[in-house]
Amino acid sequence: MPLIIKLLAQRIALGLILLLLVSGLIFAGTMILPGDVAQSILGQSATPEALENLRAELGLNDPPLQRYIQWLGGAMTGDLGTALTSGADITASIAKRLSNTLFLAFWAAIIAVPLAIFLGLLAVRFKDRWPDKAISAVTLASISIPEFLIGYVLMYLIAVKLRWFPSVAMINDSMSLGDKLSAIALPVTVLTLVVLAHMMRMTRAAILNVMQSAYIETAELKGLNGFQVIFRHAFPNAIAPIVNVVMLNLAYLVVGVVVIEVVFVYPGMGQYLVDHVSKRDVPVVQACGLIFAAVYIGLNMVADVVAILSNPRLRHPK
Amino acid sequence: MSEPLLKVRGLKIGATVYPPGEKPHDIDIVHGVDFDVQKGKVLGLIGESGAGKSTIGLASMAYGRGGVKITGGEVWVNGRDIMQSGIGDIRKLRGGEVTYVSQSAAASFNPAKKIIDQVVEAAVEQKKFSRKEAEERARVLFDKLGLPDPQNIGDRFPHQVSGGQLQRCMTALALCPEPDLVVFDEPTTALDVTTQIDVLMAIKEAIRETGVAALYITHDLAVVAQVSDDIMVLRHGNMVEYGSVDQIINSPQEEYTQALVSVRSIEHEEKQPNGDPVLSVRNITARYKGTQFDVLHNVNVDLYPGQTLAVVGESGSGKSTLARVITGLLPPREGEIEFAGRTLSSDLAGRSREDLRELQMIYQMADVAMNPRQTVGTIIGRPLEFYFDMKGEEKRKRIIELLDEIELGEEFIDRYPAELSGGQKQRVCIARALAAKPKMIICDEVTSALDPLVADGILKLLLELQKIEDVAYLFITHDLATVKAISDNIAVMYQGKVQRYGGKSQVLSPPFDDYTDLLLSSVPEMRLGWLEDVIANRKMESAGN
Repeated sequence: MPLIIKLLAQRIALGLILLLLVSGLIFAGTMILPGDVAQSILGQSATPEALENLRAELGLNDPPLQRYIQWLGGAMTGDLGTALTSGADITASIAKRLSNTLFLAFWAAIIAVPLAIFLGLLAVRFKDRWPDKAISAVTLASISIPEFLIGYVLMYLIAVKLRWFPSVAMINDSMSLGDKLSAIALPVTVLTLVVLAHMMRMTRAAILNVMQSAYIETAELKGLNGFQVIFRHAFPNAIAPIVNVVMLNLAYLVVGVVVIEVVFVYPGMGQYLVDHVSKRDVPVVQACGLIFAAVYIGLNMVADVVAILSNPRLRHPK
Repeated sequence: MSEPLLKVRGLKIGATVYPPGEKPHDIDIVHGVDFDVQKGKVLGLIGESGAGKSTIGLASMAYGRGGVKITGGEVWVNGRDIMQSGIGDIRKLRGGEVTYVSQSAAASFNPAKKIIDQVVEAAVEQKKFSRKEAEERARVLFDKLGLPDPQNIGDRFPHQVSGGQLQRCMTALALCPEPDLVVFDEPTTALDVTTQIDVLMAIKEAIRETGVAALYITHDLAVVAQVSDDIMVLRHGNMVEYGSVDQIINSPQEEYTQALVSVRSIEHEEKQPNGDPVLSVRNITARYKGTQFDVLHNVNVDLYPGQTLAVVGESGSGKSTLARVITGLLPPREGEIEFAGRTLSSDLAGRSREDLRELQMIYQMADVAMNPRQTVGTIIGRPLEFYFDMKGEEKRKRIIELLDEIELGEEFIDRYPAELSGGQKQRVCIARALAAKPKMIICDEVTSALDPLVADGILKLLLELQKIEDVAYLFITHDLATVKAISDNIAVMYQGKVQRYGGKSQVLSPPFDDYTDLLLSSVPEMRLGWLEDVIANRKMESAGN
């Protein structure tokens, strides 16, 4: 299968080039931010000599290209530098935070993705009848309400009134898996509600599009029932667009959960990033940006690869 | 006579339509038809588009496309009125007792699944056979239908076999569950004529060997005459005539049936070449950008003023590519186009306005060749403005003249394309081409999308206009009946080469080369037993070789 391998190699190479470009953008972006790291570390009362010494020590006086190459080289070998404000090793701190964020995203995805696809199939099966309309209404409502509001409402009802789950999603290494899951139950619920509508509607649209095809009529004329037609004949041809939207939403679960993490005081990447943006800790912001970009590009690359692999013409050339 | 397998009484079918700018309303498509199909017999349903023949075929499976629904009457299958059956019984009927072969197997096979999985699906789902038995049955059917490598062809995906092979796979799909009735809905219409004959023979053999009954739906009377026992002629959802195949073909009673039987009846005297050719195609070799092989090899043809050169060939023969080269859309690798005594620029951008005016084109799909937001007057008026700077009353007068020539009245001037029938649309396209007063018109499959009687009218009109305007036609078609009807010279194309070229009588008279012989003998003739004769002849020839 030379063609399919060529296509896959192209996609992966494109992803890597894109990541390289984004790393340049992140670096340039943090360079042109107004203000001065040395100033913000030492405060307004610092003397010019002290500022100058600190800048030299931090390497802020080197040419930008040299600093970029040093930074990129470090990042590729797993060394993201040290945080300016705390002097802590960024790689170590981020590893901890990232694993927490992935933990939250993983459980949200485990629930949201199958649920969204199932609801999408259900909506197609009962198109324009009440189950379809009810699913559309509920998911649209849940995506329209701001996520922090859903968070606080759930917190009030489930944590405060019913006392089923804790309102604050603090987790640490000494907790058991069950305790951890109980702790993140509320943020997972909110995230599920937020990403459900998008995936469900895309699943519905993609399958409805396929349902117009002549081979769906063939399937119906074989006496198959509605779900058999959808599962066996429509779904396999709608995988590419569905995977695409699923990957976009998975990326959102990793990089877009800042608000939820703040609402539930969850120790993830988002909180970590927000903290250090406010302290103008450039190396940390750059490191977070790079990781977010890598996640985003990586997941979209997976979507492209799945789309290529799901095309029978590419998998089985003439 | 025993109880028929399929008994239809007073069948009425309606649909909800949503015309632009009007309220949705219900219309009747089929106004009450009666017919029977006995066990093991084949009933041909014949009619033009819109006659309701596919709708009736699908009604025998209690199925309606889109908003189509059965509004009245009875459909009895195996002694059960399926109109009164629940959805569970109908699902058992579909794919079990009655199966369906569609016009386009390419679209009707799921591209994501192997052929064998789709062929056995109904048989297994309806619990007629186990998966293993069904696969064994499918392979036997593949073999019977003349598919290559019947043991393994099922493991391929639909895109890995040819169109004719896929159509045979579709027939295997329909026969696999051992149904009582198969609905064949134009199963050979989308195929090339030399492929059609093989598929037709395979279907006929399969029907004979399995003893299955069939509804055979087509617009081609010559085809249906080869496979049917009885024929029902339909028009506008009404039955016109219903009888044995012998009676319908040899002594049709109704005027409409007579017209259908005699449709290919244009008499056209072949003209001899006179003067210098208006178009000379010289040693043209061409390939598409980014490809590695030539689609035209050293093509040489001439077209004389006021005459018709028919370029005939099957899909992929290069006939449309030749039109693209002549119009300048595809600059050739080698060769020249001489037109009206001058050499044309090979590239469209290098041609003068006069070049463009004198060489017009009419397309297969009149629908998409017109702007749906422009009136007929605007469409025909555009070349008048562009080439002749006509305005106001002068332009209007000329438009009405042209409408008159194409046998449409002045009242059409303010209509939109959507308000016209297929034949009327093609007439407007002809008027638009004529408006430029061209020396030559390229007609690319202009009648292929039309019903036979309508196509006949268009051909007669084109011949009439040729006399009046002295315009030459380069007529591209795959239909040999059309070629016989209107051409003076013929070029038979095969795999990018001109296989045979000359005056009509010469090209269509023996001795033939192998390909032309195959092509000519594959065109269905309107007589009983034609298919058997051809097959017998070919067997004899191959035995003789």
